Amino acid sequence: MGMILIKQIAIFLGLWFLGELISFYGHLPLSGSIIGMLLLVIGLELKLIKTEDIKVVANFLLNNMAMFFIPAGVGIMCHYHVLKQEWLSISGAIVISALLVLTVVGLIMKKRIR
Amino acid sequence: MKELLNSPLVHVSLTLAVYIFSKKMQLRYKSPLLNPILLTIAVVIAFLLFTDVDYRDYERNTQVISFWLAPSVIALGYALYSYLEEIKADFKKIIASMLAGSLTGIVSVCMMAYLLGASKTTLISLAPKSVTTPIAIEVSKQMGGIPSLTVAFVIAVGIFGAIFGQTYLKLLGVKDPKSVGLSLGATAHALGTASISERGPDFSAFGGLGMALNGVLTAILAPWAIKLLLLVLY
Repeated sequence: MGMILIKQIAIFLGLWFLGELISFYGHLPLSGSIIGMLLLVIGLELKLIKTEDIKVVANFLLNNMAMFFIPAGVGIMCHYHVLKQEWLSISGAIVISALLVLTVVGLIMKKRIR
Repeated sequence: MKELLNSPLVHVSLTLAVYIFSKKMQLRYKSPLLNPILLTIAVVIAFLLFTDVDYRDYERNTQVISFWLAPSVIALGYALYSYLEEIKADFKKIIASMLAGSLTGIVSVCMMAYLLGASKTTLISLAPKSVTTPIAIEVSKQMGGIPSLTVAFVIAVGIFGAIFGQTYLKLLGVKDPKSVGLSLGATAHALGTASISERGPDFSAFGGLGMALNGVLTAILAPWAIKLLLLVLY
């Protein structure tokens, strides 16, 4: 079990590193992690990576994704003054825009599926 | 004692403990308002203020947690791969909805912020709010926003989407995994995707796809859209 985890983690870190390299040298506007995600899809599709080689760690990461955001989220406390001054315009803009995006994507997809 | 309260051991343990506790609370009371992320962030902020610890210290102490953010984005590739055939079958439709969604997200948040009287810097920092943190930071930096403020907005949208997204989509009559996943992924990135992951692997796969496509499109479109909007508005 121990070796399996280490091997699977190493694959993820390798993909991340490759993603960062491509992002940097290709001057792409995409982050290394998004490129790493695309590399994983390609690797799996071309059978360069087997599902068994990443499954355990992939499921762990997917199931706990939200938790990894917490440290960044706590950073909200540093912007107390801006938030206090502009809370109404910020929250109004965020809420309305989020609802609009949900509506646009949701309705286009719903219509097209039928 | 002061040193212990400002150590990776205490900060990581506290974060994990509060997160596990709020997750249990949410399962027991089934209220979307008991969002584990929101609760944990609130408790940790209270703890840092109470113990008089700087955020920079907490950030450094908990790198062992945030480090896994990028690998977890990569792991979405595994979810995507499982649904590759379905994605190929609907490719044009998916791209059309994502293009519309990405532009709606950028333009509407800027227009609303402007109408509600936000400052120019806040407006720029809000523009990439719907995409994953690493991309949002890049766009914000490039256009003259405040990257760390953008991170706060990205998380805020994510929490809002995670709490209200599913209910709102239900009201619209959007229920199938493809549409729900794509809309929530495009609106509220990984946090939106995480909020539907319990409904099945197909939901998370399309959430990941929505998040990835919206990230790519926003990274390309946002700089142009922001430039144009600033020209018109100011």
